[in-house]
Amino acid sequence: MLEIKCPYCGKRSQNEFSYGGDATIKRPQLGDEISTEDWDNFVYYRDNPRGKHSELWHHVSGCRQWFKVSRDTATHEIFDTCKMNEDFNV
Amino acid sequence: MSNSFRTTNSTGLINKDKKINFTFNGTIYHGYEGDTLASALIANGVHLVGRSFKYHRPRGFLGVGVEEPNAMVQLHDGNKSEPNIIATEVELVEGLKAKSQNCWPSVQFDIGEINNVLNRFFPAGFYYKTFMWPKSFWMKIYEPFIRKAAGMGKAPLLPDPDRYEHNYEHCDVLVVGSGPSGLASALAAAKNGARVILAEDKPNFGGSLLTDEVTIGNMSGKEWASDTISQLKSMPNVILKKRSQVFGYYDHNMTVMIERVSDHIENPSKYTPRQRLHYIRAGEVIVSTGSIERPISFGNNDRPGIVLASAAKEYMKVYETLVGKKPIIFTNNDTAYSTALEFIKNDIEPIIVDTRDSSNGELVKEVQQKGISIKFNSGIADTKGHLKINSAIIGKLDSSKESFISEETVECDCICMSGGWTPTVHLSSQAGNKLKFNDDIDAFVPDKKRQKETAIGAANGSFTLNQSLAEGFQVGFDLSNKFTDQNNPTNSPNSNEPSYEKHEKLWCMPLPSGKKPKRFIDFQNDVAVSDVELAIREGFRSIEHVKRYTTLGMAGDQGKTSNLNGLQYVSKIEKKIVPEVGHTTFRPPYTPVTIGAIVGREVGNHYLPTRKSPIHTWHEENNAVFVAAGLWQRPRYYPRGSEDMNSAVNREAANVRKNVGICDVTTLGKIDIKGPDAPEFLNRVYTNAWLKLPVGKARYGLMLREDGMVFDDGTTSRLSENHFHMTTTTAQAANVLSHLEYYLQVVWPDLDVNVLSTTEQWSGIAVAGPKSRDLLSKLFPDVDMSNEGLPFMGLVDSSIDSIKARIYRISFSGELAYEVNVESNYGLYIWKKIMEEGQSFDIQPYGTEALSTLRIEMGHVAGAELDGRTIPFDVGLNSMVSQKKDFIGKRSLSKDAFTESDRQTIVGLVPLDKKTKIPEGSHIIEDNSAVAPIPKLGHVSSSCWSVEYNNPFSIAIIKDGKNKIGKNLYAVSPLKDISIPVEVVSSHYVDPEGTRVRS
Repeated sequence: MLEIKCPYCGKRSQNEFSYGGDATIKRPQLGDEISTEDWDNFVYYRDNPRGKHSELWHHVSGCRQWFKVSRDTATHEIFDTCKMNEDFNV
Repeated sequence: MSNSFRTTNSTGLINKDKKINFTFNGTIYHGYEGDTLASALIANGVHLVGRSFKYHRPRGFLGVGVEEPNAMVQLHDGNKSEPNIIATEVELVEGLKAKSQNCWPSVQFDIGEINNVLNRFFPAGFYYKTFMWPKSFWMKIYEPFIRKAAGMGKAPLLPDPDRYEHNYEHCDVLVVGSGPSGLASALAAAKNGARVILAEDKPNFGGSLLTDEVTIGNMSGKEWASDTISQLKSMPNVILKKRSQVFGYYDHNMTVMIERVSDHIENPSKYTPRQRLHYIRAGEVIVSTGSIERPISFGNNDRPGIVLASAAKEYMKVYETLVGKKPIIFTNNDTAYSTALEFIKNDIEPIIVDTRDSSNGELVKEVQQKGISIKFNSGIADTKGHLKINSAIIGKLDSSKESFISEETVECDCICMSGGWTPTVHLSSQAGNKLKFNDDIDAFVPDKKRQKETAIGAANGSFTLNQSLAEGFQVGFDLSNKFTDQNNPTNSPNSNEPSYEKHEKLWCMPLPSGKKPKRFIDFQNDVAVSDVELAIREGFRSIEHVKRYTTLGMAGDQGKTSNLNGLQYVSKIEKKIVPEVGHTTFRPPYTPVTIGAIVGREVGNHYLPTRKSPIHTWHEENNAVFVAAGLWQRPRYYPRGSEDMNSAVNREAANVRKNVGICDVTTLGKIDIKGPDAPEFLNRVYTNAWLKLPVGKARYGLMLREDGMVFDDGTTSRLSENHFHMTTTTAQAANVLSHLEYYLQVVWPDLDVNVLSTTEQWSGIAVAGPKSRDLLSKLFPDVDMSNEGLPFMGLVDSSIDSIKARIYRISFSGELAYEVNVESNYGLYIWKKIMEEGQSFDIQPYGTEALSTLRIEMGHVAGAELDGRTIPFDVGLNSMVSQKKDFIGKRSLSKDAFTESDRQTIVGLVPLDKKTKIPEGSHIIEDNSAVAPIPKLGHVSSSCWSVEYNNPFSIAIIKDGKNKIGKNLYAVSPLKDISIPVEVVSSHYVDPEGTRVRS
């Protein structure tokens, strides 16, 4: 079980969190014309990297904040976590 | 006979003043306090414990602790029965009952032993080869046969009566194993101020110090261990846990430890758990798990009475028990000579067989000085004795050590073998450590770590006491200093131990001349040298493949005694060095863990939290039958007298259509939404328009996922300019909240909106039916309940008995209906009040079944239709989709597949005979007599008995639904073997114009 540092609450066990997927995906602007390909890339397509991955986690059984985690998908090492409006230090 | 294999000394850890009676295979024996089931049986001369997995060969004890591969028993009976328990790990307790497993009719005479005679038909991979043909035999003949033959003990069929607990611990340093290095590191870390947990699997701390003749400082090893433990005990920053096995090492230094709390207590108190599972998140883990002695492969090396030399020594020193009185010591190294010396101390002269040409080790010399001659350059070729060893064939090895020059038969009652030592690297490996091969000890040791884990002592390949202590004190200090910065090192005391000469790289004896007895490598899985040879001959090269083909090192044992011997043999045949062969993966658990401990207290009612509405007690008192809706318990129906479910549901639903019904809708999700951007947010979240919703009005809203599928629906009302009250379905309440938080925090953080779940703050009561207006007028005389005063989708605040209530005019049943919301604590009071006042209007409560009936015949969609595979068009909600604005998921709706005109859409179905109910999940087909595969048009999502028309009615989602209305199709359920002719009708079966809700 991972130990994740919530930027608001501090270190907590993984069972307090839920995973939210790739943090680098940007939702297209509302009202913009979007090609089917771009839309499909947003809705369906995700990279599945081995190694460093920026991802979203939600502290569901805690402060209920969404935040960013930089994690190694192979070793589970967590390099850094930060709030949504912040950038990773590492 | 009783306890005739006890030694006369009393230097061990058993208490001969306290007798303990136990039963094995129906015979009553006694042992003493401090015994294990294994030591007590051996003391009584019992070596035959069970039958082996595959060949049903008689098996006894090989080891003395967790490494034991053979001696598995079935413990207790009835609901306490437990299979596959290692007898060496069971502490003796008064009245203990154990029996042999994998044998019939008895362990002495086992029919299954025929497998041993037929063993040439059961080679490695036998299952893969034999049961392939003919194919039709698999289900009826092979599979049931294998199922019966497989496994060892019998799983209990009754619920586990014992209590198990979970505990979460945090510490700076976790030390696993309390041998010399473990004790040293725990002491150094604790003295340096760190929070330390020391875990020991056995009932006594000390590890090898309990059996080795060594001195530390001015104390014996055993004394030093007990002195160190008392020091640690007095320190507030230390937790000592014996009978506790750390069996798993997971990510981020999470380890899991099983503690046997009361198995060894005769009458534990009712509230003492049987076992406790500790989740320990440690800053640093010190792996001081020691090493396990390796067996040697030789002909029939699995007979009862053939044990590891270290086990024989521990039985003598700790349990005051002799594994035999005519021992042969068979070794490739010096350490087994300490076992020989222990026999000599008990006035027994062992025969010593050593594969090496010579040794000048201290212990070897000591043995020779006692006048014992040693058969160097020799090995055991074969053994005899069916149920217990009675003689060994000892052979002189030739110079290549590939064959025997001469053989002699020697009588014996036990063989104590030693093939050297294997560091216990399981935990390090589980932690992701890349092991490296150490040529000096011919074994793998931890190398590159991935987690905060450090192996020390024998687990690190440091086999001398001096080294172990030095490593322990140093590592304990270094690691603890990361947390405390106290800089308070503890010096390692001087120690004395015998010096050892090197072992010989020889773990497999040649075959005796003219014979081919089985030479076992893995005792638990019945894997012999010939099986490994076969696997390689058949082309398996990867060690992982050899493992799976032969089953070497698998199952509960995880190769504790067999792993390296297997690798060594593969490397020998392949003519590769061991590191090139590599090793297989060590997996948790290190030792088997009972399911009860993993489950803990999460059984029965504690399996999941139960959510109850504040009105729950009333439902109970009024005979409600409950149904689980997620975590909620909801009334399903309220039977009267001898009513069955169908009649109760029909009565309740009909009463709503005719008079008035009351339903507890507290479980609906409720979310409070506030902020200046709240209308804009709702406008983005819902498919329909929200900006112009007037204050005091509710609106039905539909939410999509980004992929265009309907996510949830519900009514949301505007309480003030910037304040909304959203309702969600019961099932999706938590998901909708997370969804809203995601969009507010991640996607549109610029929106100034706050969301908060208020599900548990409100109690909701639906009052539905033509008489509901009159009833509510009576309850709330101050409110104008007329259609103009409180129109459909209106809301008003009022009160009863000065309890604030919010009344919504909304309807799920399709009737004129209201929903009264009050603060949760008043839910029950108001419910009772409505029931009381409702008597004169023939009010009846209705449950979730009637609720479904009412919504189905109205064609209102719910979870069965909004199943994550339907877009608004499919469920007849296209009018809810705004063309003017963008919203979550809108772009998906214009994708090609979603705009096809013949998509599966919602329709109603009525059976032609107006009698046969259509099972939910039935397939809809056009031609009943078509040959398979028959094209499927869709499926039935919801079914009910229409109380309006008094016939069955279903909702289905079928291809090109709109154009199928009026046609006759078939609803088929191949599982139930039924086929029902149906007519397709509109899904809005009752009041399609929706006049009632607006009346």
